[in-house]
Amino acid sequence: MPILYSIDLLLVAACAWLAVGLAGLVAPRNMHLVAKVLFPVGAAIGLAAGLEALFFLGEAPETAVLVIGLPTLPFHLRLDSLTAVFVVLLGFASFGISIYAAGYFRQGEGASPGLLCLEYHFFLASMLMVLLADDAYAFMVAWEGMALSSFFLVTTDHRHEAIRRAGYLYLLIAHVGAIAILLSFGVMTGGAGDYTFAGMRAQELPPFWASAAFLLALVGFGAKAGLVPVHVWLPEAHPAAPSPVSAMMSGVMLKTAIYGLLRVSFDLVGTPLWWWGVVAMAIGLVTALFGVLYSTVQSDMKRLLAYSSIENIGLLAVGIGLALIFHAYRMETLAALAMTAVLYHCLAHAGFKSLLFLCTGSVLHATKERSLGKLGGLIHHMPWVAWLALLGVVASAGLPPLSGFVSEWLLLQAFLFSPGLPHSWLNMVVPVAAAVVALVAALAGFAMVKFHGIIFLGQMREPNLIHAHDAGPWERAGLVWLAFLTVLLGVLPSTVIGLIDAATQQLLGTGLAGKVAEHGWAMLAPISPDRASYMPLVFLATIAAAVLLGRWLVRRFYHGRLRRSDAWDCGYFFQGPRAQDTAEGFSQPIRRIFEPMFRMERHFPTVRDEQPYYSVKVEDHFWHWLYLPVARLVEWFSGLIVRVQGGRIAVYLLYSFLTLILLLLVARP
Amino acid sequence: MSADIPLSAQLINLCASVILLLAFAMLAQRRVMQLINLFALQGLVLCLSTLVVAVTTQQHHLYYSAGLTLALKALLLPWILHRLVRKLYVKWDVESLVNVPTTMLVGVVLVMIAFNVAQPISILSQTISRGTLGIALAVVMLAFLMMITRTKAIPQVVGFLAMENGLFLAATSATYGMPMVVELGIALDVLVGVIILGVFFFQIRDQFDSLDIRHMERLKDN
Repeated sequence: MPILYSIDLLLVAACAWLAVGLAGLVAPRNMHLVAKVLFPVGAAIGLAAGLEALFFLGEAPETAVLVIGLPTLPFHLRLDSLTAVFVVLLGFASFGISIYAAGYFRQGEGASPGLLCLEYHFFLASMLMVLLADDAYAFMVAWEGMALSSFFLVTTDHRHEAIRRAGYLYLLIAHVGAIAILLSFGVMTGGAGDYTFAGMRAQELPPFWASAAFLLALVGFGAKAGLVPVHVWLPEAHPAAPSPVSAMMSGVMLKTAIYGLLRVSFDLVGTPLWWWGVVAMAIGLVTALFGVLYSTVQSDMKRLLAYSSIENIGLLAVGIGLALIFHAYRMETLAALAMTAVLYHCLAHAGFKSLLFLCTGSVLHATKERSLGKLGGLIHHMPWVAWLALLGVVASAGLPPLSGFVSEWLLLQAFLFSPGLPHSWLNMVVPVAAAVVALVAALAGFAMVKFHGIIFLGQMREPNLIHAHDAGPWERAGLVWLAFLTVLLGVLPSTVIGLIDAATQQLLGTGLAGKVAEHGWAMLAPISPDRASYMPLVFLATIAAAVLLGRWLVRRFYHGRLRRSDAWDCGYFFQGPRAQDTAEGFSQPIRRIFEPMFRMERHFPTVRDEQPYYSVKVEDHFWHWLYLPVARLVEWFSGLIVRVQGGRIAVYLLYSFLTLILLLLVARP
Repeated sequence: MSADIPLSAQLINLCASVILLLAFAMLAQRRVMQLINLFALQGLVLCLSTLVVAVTTQQHHLYYSAGLTLALKALLLPWILHRLVRKLYVKWDVESLVNVPTTMLVGVVLVMIAFNVAQPISILSQTISRGTLGIALAVVMLAFLMMITRTKAIPQVVGFLAMENGLFLAATSATYGMPMVVELGIALDVLVGVIILGVFFFQIRDQFDSLDIRHMERLKDN
């Protein structure tokens, strides 16, 4: 009988984060205290919480009742394996990001450091509480705390009009989503009035209401995760926020929405119907394709990553959809395969996307520039950032032997088993979905080549880039930690699957751990080695051998001479940095091929132009298809309401007078 | 009048009907000075009616109420308003949005509604003056109507004060008045309200060169 259960320790972690945040208010202007003491302490708490959850994985669920809250409505908390997986994600990712943030925040950038520290740690604590919540009330309180604290973090630099607009859009869509989630919880209580998750599990909902609950949850959590068409806040808010915040939002916060979706659809709502999976998969495919296409054509490095996050969320939704389909047909092993892919991708994406966002932060500080068109050649001045970003880029592109490959490979494996589905129509459609996923993975590679190539390779596009400096020691430490996680997730897939399998077991009743463990830690064969297997270390060894062999051959036949020359000068005599391929030029083929997917405004120079220029502006179709019509409708309706406000006092008095008489007449005894 | 109604109740009913009559008179009155005088008279009758109730029921706090009403509504507030009118030099006729006969007709309808609404309540009430509840409600509504139909600022304030008279009458007739603290509070509110509105009058006149509140239509948010 332990004195302190794991759930108590995690609660202590949440309280400690709050305390660290409040400590920032003691000396709000003291940058040194906040950066060099409080953020590292917050990082240590994150690591401790992550380790605690890691050791908890696979143990029996623990519950707790917190006496805070309303008098007869206490907070119910529960720690189970699903929660633990996401707490591991939160703890480990936040450790790296907090360490990085200790070196990142500078005096005089937006809000005061103490305030930033409070908002940041409140954000962390509320995310932990979202994961631990075991009733709708506690969940919504934590969820709103998360939304509000992240809103203030996004608008740290609120003096810019664009950032305020981005923050407003984020808050608006977050609340639309929160309403949908609340309604979903309301439906799942089944009218019993019991808002604890245990009460919802006990309800047997009729198919219609179960479907309503699932669809509401999909809309609500989709708004937070960035599923099309409620994704528009994401490419606005992520670039607006400071880089550690972008990393935290993209790497961790989006995953809390995935957690919520998993919790509702596999745990609370009961047995799923097969078509839920089709809906989730269809939305996921559209999201993934949309995200990756837009990410290839961006010229702002953080927007590029934000769209890439949309793509990854889309892939996660596809995985959830596939798991739902298999689960509905009681093909639990395959459902476990898809579920493992989802959980694995959550962990992988948290690692590499945080890493990449933090790298953009370093680049931003070194160059004051976010536009890809003004960067280039930074690998000479920022080798640490460039090489660590390369690791993130390779993982994000889904290349072996890093983390992104494992999860995408698992997802495609799950697709390959779909012909076993007892439904002819699904049998025809699902392979098409697999093809789209493959296309998305390839295009993600393209976007990542663009990201890394334009920022770090080639020649410097602007002369002042020569003053760029590499990341400081704190920032490097944070980046190294996240890169380490990315590599670890890449080369030890069997071990990791063995750990996260407890969550799969909990949700589906079966897991992959037994099969995976048969082949040892070096080889991953989720179903059977005859069908497919993957040995990351062999890949790593092959790649290393090929690189070394290539290097040796070049040295051998080129007489060991090293000749430095301008990059990408194509053999011309004179080649300035302006003649390099630009960010826009690089993605031009994609814009051509997928032209109907974009809304483009292009200006081409003509012969008669005095000052010829070329410009292309890519906009989101959804603004014009969905958001602007809705906005116009709201405006028209408000116009009707404004007529009530005529400005005449006599009319206003008449309103109250008529109301008075009406009430007197209605309320007569 | 049937014989079984005691003299005091008859007196109270008389006062109440005079108050109602004065309310109609105010509704029809076009001149600002006369309007204020009518208001002062209404306050005086209200004070009398409260005194009658106080004497009949031996409720001591009603004496204070009556005194307060006399001091405030019959003397002080009319004096302040008189001064305001002289200072602002707005003695001329008051225009109304709706012509007087129509207003009177609407007023009659309102009185019928008020009696209709008040009837079930006055049956429940045990006070000697319960019959006047309908009148009190009618006074409130007529004052409200006056606020709606007048375009100048001072008649509106008078309407607002007359409405307070009606509320006071209602309180006396239904429950022998509100607790003293509440009454004092309301009296103070009314006094402060008039003083603040007086300041506003000067501001409005400086801004628009007139006290016509129709100018304020421009202030609305577009």
